[in-house]
Amino acid sequence: MALDALLLSRLQFAFTLAFHIIFPSFTIGLASFLAVLEASWLITRREVLQRLYLFWLRIFAISFGMGVVTGVVMSYEFGTNWSAFSRLAAGVIGPLLAFEVLTAFFLEASFLGVMLFGWKRVGPGLHFLATCLVAGGTLVSAFWIISANSWMQVPSGYRILGDGRFAAADWWQVIFSPTFPERFAHMVLAAYLTTALAVGAASAFQLLRDAGQAESRIALRMAIGMYAVVAPLQLVVGDASGKDVTHRQPAKLAAIEGFWETRAAQPFHIVAWPDRARQGNDWEISVPALGSFITTGDAGAVVRGLKSFAPRDQPPSAVVFWSFRVMVGLGLAMIGLGVWGLLLWWRKGLERTRLFLRATVLMGPAGFVAVIAGWTTAEVGRQPWVIYGLMRTSDGVSPVTTHEVSASLLAFLTIYAIIFGAGVLYILRLMAEGPALGASAPTTDGERAPGTPLAAAPPEPGP
Amino acid sequence: MTLDLPLVWVAVIATAVFLYVLLDGFDLGVGILFPFARSSAERDVMMAAIAPYWDGNETWLVLGGGGLLAAFPGAYAALLPALYLPVMLMLLALILRGVAFEFRARGRRRGKAGWTFAFALGSITAAAAQGLALGGFIQGVKLASGVFVGGALDWLSPYALLTALGLVCGYALLGAGWLMIKTRDNLHGDARKWAAVAAALVAALLTLVSVATLFAHPEIAGRWGWTGAGFDLARLARLSPIPVLGAVGLAIVAAGLARRSHGGPFVGAVVVFVSGYLGLAASFFPYVAPYGLTFRQAANDDGALTLLTWGLGVILPFILGYTGWVYWVFRGKVAEGEGYH
Repeated sequence: MALDALLLSRLQFAFTLAFHIIFPSFTIGLASFLAVLEASWLITRREVLQRLYLFWLRIFAISFGMGVVTGVVMSYEFGTNWSAFSRLAAGVIGPLLAFEVLTAFFLEASFLGVMLFGWKRVGPGLHFLATCLVAGGTLVSAFWIISANSWMQVPSGYRILGDGRFAAADWWQVIFSPTFPERFAHMVLAAYLTTALAVGAASAFQLLRDAGQAESRIALRMAIGMYAVVAPLQLVVGDASGKDVTHRQPAKLAAIEGFWETRAAQPFHIVAWPDRARQGNDWEISVPALGSFITTGDAGAVVRGLKSFAPRDQPPSAVVFWSFRVMVGLGLAMIGLGVWGLLLWWRKGLERTRLFLRATVLMGPAGFVAVIAGWTTAEVGRQPWVIYGLMRTSDGVSPVTTHEVSASLLAFLTIYAIIFGAGVLYILRLMAEGPALGASAPTTDGERAPGTPLAAAPPEPGP
Repeated sequence: MTLDLPLVWVAVIATAVFLYVLLDGFDLGVGILFPFARSSAERDVMMAAIAPYWDGNETWLVLGGGGLLAAFPGAYAALLPALYLPVMLMLLALILRGVAFEFRARGRRRGKAGWTFAFALGSITAAAAQGLALGGFIQGVKLASGVFVGGALDWLSPYALLTALGLVCGYALLGAGWLMIKTRDNLHGDARKWAAVAAALVAALLTLVSVATLFAHPEIAGRWGWTGAGFDLARLARLSPIPVLGAVGLAIVAAGLARRSHGGPFVGAVVVFVSGYLGLAASFFPYVAPYGLTFRQAANDDGALTLLTWGLGVILPFILGYTGWVYWVFRGKVAEGEGYH
């Protein structure tokens, strides 16, 4: 019975968190993008920049709203489903989460109102300030949540009280735990890439219909600049984060790489199916010694395998093996897209190269998939621990019944399916309309039923 | 001088929750009144009257949750499993109504109708779920060594249904009062009628809930001087300013309505909520998970509370400052065409 509530609680937390992370990853980047657009507009006074700002502001408003409401859920799920964890860990992570509310959520929520509705109420300078504060708020929010999560991944600066509760011994070490800097940078870059890919895709979609559209030409170039700079940087930061895992979470590393034996010169498995039952891989396609080189920088190095951990301490390898490869594969594709885009930009062939524009549209969702795959790697790879090495996930669950969690999980699946469908529909519809229309009336009576593929298509055939 | 940190944080959390009730109360209230609007255009104005604020208002709920986790993890860990179903219902309802702010503006004919419905349903359900949780809280949760050991439906009772109904009507009163401040012409007139009906319902339900609360738990009855057969008048007298304050609030609402004041009914509604809140506090303080866990037992370790207090002391003035500024920026009646849609 307890196991069922545990499994259902894990499923519910994973689902609500994976769903939630989609929106912050988009709005962190989008808020910074909007701040840059508004600054550029204020300096140059080019109307095309203002139209671009207003266009992405509408999409920002939808995404931000979805991020807020799905985020409120998270702040209560720690108690409804993980009350034993909350009771024991609150001495350390409680203040971090409370500071997220105090320093970020209020800032974002308050100035979002000014950003969206304040055009005619405050001057351009104050309005720009509001945009910057919202953008800053999203980054501060990421700071605290990554801080809390990094502490759960690699705890430091804590002590354990007589009754088993955790307390901070050194707040500096708690907030800036050893893996925090790399993980924070990795997440912020991921958010920027995710946004750039979505912005690039929407712009490329417009340019496929009208290669001369000024707004989309600007936005596409900004997006390519981001791919070209941020995607390679992300590879470097991601590698640093991976090295942290090698040194501090050896079981997670072994699961990611499908290492079972502890040996020198570990091979790199390009493809494999890790099988926990038989403690080995099926379908291996491997490159000798590359595994040791990637994970430690030394092809001959000895790297621990999963068999050196008791089966009850092993993370589920198949999931993290593949989620990691999905993330890295997409990251490499992003670098490729950036190089390709730069090359075409340099040769002045961006708008003419329809294959590139189509590829950019296709890569639009890649950031979201990579973010979810990356978080899956980090969180599933931490199992069976909720606080790595110190507290098992199974010891953190609430005294709730299977019935309760089944009911709430089913309700989340239903409601999230509805709001996801509607949110994506409205965002795609706006993207299809494009920035050139400006602040047009949104509520024309369409004959197409919402939810049909046609509804996402442009209201008028393109010129 | 050393601060009594748990006591400071009781005050902080209590204030956060109360601000949440007042602020999200009026915007949930507008949603509760949605079905009574005459036209879609009127609903647009109703939504515009709360759109710049709702997100900030709801953040007080996140502070209530996050702050409770940080300051009183014992209470957080005891209450949320006990109130699992109403809390989940509230969260799901808040999602539906929260996305409706944007989705309703984006939807075409059928989409807009759907999100109008979702906004009303979500607002009513969220208010009712909060009322159910409140009812469950007042009746007390079954604890053993600080861990919830009761059943999934312990909170469900006629009393909880009554508090749910009371809270829905209370929020509707706040919402109507807010609309009277923010709107003109026909909608203002409608809001006045809604406020009158809601005030009458609140007067009746507040009385009913107050009496029923005496029977919700013997601990409460004792504090209010109810001996089972009659009242201990000396005890009752000490707490009597609280119900008097509630009556004063209702009188302010009534006088405001009679004098056609725009702001009076909202002020009166706030006073009614202050009275109700104080009444509850007097009924269960110092318990934070009635009636087995006091705020001192539930408090976090001193190191955490110290850090929190420093952080709060630095940040809270800013939060209050810019929140006030945002309300000031959007002061006055709702104007047409201020959105970015």
